[in-house]
Amino acid sequence: MMANRLAEALEDRGISRRDFMTFCASMAVVLGLPNEAAPAIAAAVESEAKPILVWLEFQDCAGNTESLLRASHPTIADLILDSISLSYHETLMAAAGSQAEDVLAKTVGDNKGKYIALIEGSIPTGADGAYCTIGGRAALDIAREICGGAAATIAVGTCASFGGIPAARPNPTGALSVADAVPGVKNLINMSACPANAENITALIVYYLTLKRWPPLDQYRRPLFAYGKSIHDNCERRAHFDAGQYVESWGDAAHREGHCLYKMGCKGPATSQNCPVVRWNEGTNWPIGCGHPCVGCAEPNFWDTMTPFYQRLPNVAGFDVGSWVDPVGLSLTGLVAAAAAVHGVAEVVRHRVGHAASDEDGPETE
Amino acid sequence: MTHIVVDPVTRIEGHLRVEAEVDGGVVKEAWSSSTMFRGIELILRGRDPRDAWVFAQRICGVCTTVHAIASIRAVEKAIGAVPPPNARLLRNIIISAQAVQDHVVHFYHLHALDWVDIVSALDADPAKTSTLAQSISDWPLSSATYFSGMRDRIKAFIERGQLGIFANGYWGHPAYRLPPEANLMAVAHYLEALDFQRRFIKIHALLGGKNPHLQSFLVGGMATPVDPDSQSALNMETIAALNKLIADGLNFVSRVYLPDVLAIASYYKDWASIGAGIGNYMVYGDYPEGDSDNAQLFFPTGAIHNRDLTNIATVDHAKITEQIAHSWYDYSVGDDKGLNPFEGETTPHYTVPKPPYERLDVAQKYSWLKSPRYDGAAMEVGPLARMLVAYSTGRPARVKVLADKVLTTLGVGPEALFSTLGRIAARAIETQVLVESMGRWVQDLAENMARRDYRIQDNSKWDPSSWPRDCFGAGFHEAPRGALGHWVHISNGSIVNYQCVVPSTWNAGPRDASGHPGPYEAALVGTPVAKPEQPLEILRTLHSFDPCMACGVHVVDATKREIARVRVM
Repeated sequence: MMANRLAEALEDRGISRRDFMTFCASMAVVLGLPNEAAPAIAAAVESEAKPILVWLEFQDCAGNTESLLRASHPTIADLILDSISLSYHETLMAAAGSQAEDVLAKTVGDNKGKYIALIEGSIPTGADGAYCTIGGRAALDIAREICGGAAATIAVGTCASFGGIPAARPNPTGALSVADAVPGVKNLINMSACPANAENITALIVYYLTLKRWPPLDQYRRPLFAYGKSIHDNCERRAHFDAGQYVESWGDAAHREGHCLYKMGCKGPATSQNCPVVRWNEGTNWPIGCGHPCVGCAEPNFWDTMTPFYQRLPNVAGFDVGSWVDPVGLSLTGLVAAAAAVHGVAEVVRHRVGHAASDEDGPETE
Repeated sequence: MTHIVVDPVTRIEGHLRVEAEVDGGVVKEAWSSSTMFRGIELILRGRDPRDAWVFAQRICGVCTTVHAIASIRAVEKAIGAVPPPNARLLRNIIISAQAVQDHVVHFYHLHALDWVDIVSALDADPAKTSTLAQSISDWPLSSATYFSGMRDRIKAFIERGQLGIFANGYWGHPAYRLPPEANLMAVAHYLEALDFQRRFIKIHALLGGKNPHLQSFLVGGMATPVDPDSQSALNMETIAALNKLIADGLNFVSRVYLPDVLAIASYYKDWASIGAGIGNYMVYGDYPEGDSDNAQLFFPTGAIHNRDLTNIATVDHAKITEQIAHSWYDYSVGDDKGLNPFEGETTPHYTVPKPPYERLDVAQKYSWLKSPRYDGAAMEVGPLARMLVAYSTGRPARVKVLADKVLTTLGVGPEALFSTLGRIAARAIETQVLVESMGRWVQDLAENMARRDYRIQDNSKWDPSSWPRDCFGAGFHEAPRGALGHWVHISNGSIVNYQCVVPSTWNAGPRDASGHPGPYEAALVGTPVAKPEQPLEILRTLHSFDPCMACGVHVVDATKREIARVRVM
């Protein structure tokens, strides 16, 4: 049965069952074992354990969990049946109460330093931890234990990555990101956005399963493959921005013709994510494609720095300087300046700042 | 007397803890506690009311449309904005798609494992499974070969030894009663439903840019441009895509979901007399069929007391109060009082127990949920409440037709609706009625386009200078989990106070000042528990409500200075 499944998987990759058994026989020779050992080696290879993932929810809305359910390549069913062992996920798991707690304790106990922790939601520090408890334990206590023993921690969504909405002004519960709540956590990757795009979550898992390493990150510890370019750079409406063609009011001719939403408050110039390329829900659409401005949901502290949502960003190059076509280089300079200005304001407004990666706790790229 | 603690309650949204006293194999008393708090309403204070829906939407990512809708309705009411017909239709399609998708996910992925034993499916005969499947539906994925492949896939998964989300379930528990073939069929449909929900929700991507957390709502209308002659607007290609997705939805719901509910229920008929609870039901009503303030609602409003279906009262929003006698909040007027949301106040004040803890002190405060009351009474909200009001009023007529068919098929009377099983059946009936109705709203939208009516937004109220200096509004919505209300006070263009009273607060709230239990707490009393260390039956009744705790806990009165006591990092 399993052999058949592996054979099919190998055949998909151009490796026949015969090639595979030849490989096992040669492995037997290398290991100094009798030829009869080949089937045993085959069985061992075929039963290779799937990577173990535990998904914890703290101050969350389950939006990232729902997003995961929308994954299409691979689908969530293929992922959890064939590729990974999702050992703990409160929204999906069969066990509850002490049976659930036992699963978590056993999983992290038996696999210390080997499992991957995925965290959804921020972590509150107020009221002695009583703003979020699971099984009577404070979220902070659980996060320290689980992230502390993980081979890598993936903060899924903006709440876990940067504090998100619970940490928005005035942050009533003292909510923190994973980076701030569990300082020094090993191999932390932030998959921000509200929620994180399903295709980016699964792409990160596929990246790790395929390349056996974690991807290079930007200054906010986000993978470059998903956050390496701004929305504005890849926007299908960019030509309208450069040509000075803007939507002026909802439902006007420019809105119906798909002109630039910058004047309606679009935060695409200050937001890095691959929405215009990957889009959402199997590439069906994305917010700007639907006629609504980007709200900047992948950026740190966007609830405070990108609001009011319908007010346009200041200081974006190419705007209000006529209808000249914006040279690429100048645009990029302006973009960085705009982003810096926005985040600079954040430093003043916010109670706390500083989610930028530090070198010593960066993921290994080898 | 055995004391049971279930924490975390899994296969729900959010953080729910239940404690129960069990004696003689039956629950004697139960306490429902929500253990997570964020304070989103306090965060809304001082912000632009046009932004509020984006914030409120993040109350919940499972019911990802519901708080956005309630929020824009509340702000529109306050400032006097009137969305045009196309916006109403787009919203009706979006919220019905939410309900259909959410109900399917609830039944298969959050609830089914309370009734379906996956391990037992390994013993199924694929040929017999095929016969069973074909006896309940003409759904094409029903051959012996198909079920044989499915069984092999599960077997391979289990033999590999890493059970993942299925580890440590209650497999083999005596309360599981399905034959192996029914279990195998249900597991196959569990996986098919995972695919279905992902495809069907593309309706939200088409009309909202993405799901979860759609991004096309506007105070005063919608941001989705409508123009059959533009490739950048909702056009005939979108209409055709919507119709295709809705047809697929109707196909799955009527040929898989509804037949599965009937098939599984037929093995668990005793659950038609378990889990009724308080017997009071409340519905605000939703899906406006016209654009005036008093337009008819597809699902009508109504309040039912003591299971009396002959007397459906009109809901008076002024009779809604929230109490905090057993909630971790203070009231300036005294903790034994109730307050209407327009003058509501919420000052979070955690008392006991200090984490980590073993037991709640249920004599004191024990939940982050408040206790909403209607005219002083606890009310159950949700699909069962909606279907009872629809069944009794005859609107929409399809509800009575389908409900009677379900009752006849199971050989039970209407009193069976007041139960754990009744909630499951009501949810399935509602899904069928909604998915049958969605096409009509798409058709109306297309007809507006034919008349060259492309309006999507009331731009006359977009500029804050057009608003009253000081204004109040309340917005109501029937979310998948029940009656939802948002209350907003706007002054000088920004939010002064924001309050929500949410379905899971109605259903999961703790005891009130008089010691009367909330709907979960009442429904659990009398639930059999065969093995206290494996409280599968408690999960059945809890899950029948479809708990959504992130929704339930959020309310903070922004005007109370005591909030400053909370430590801000």
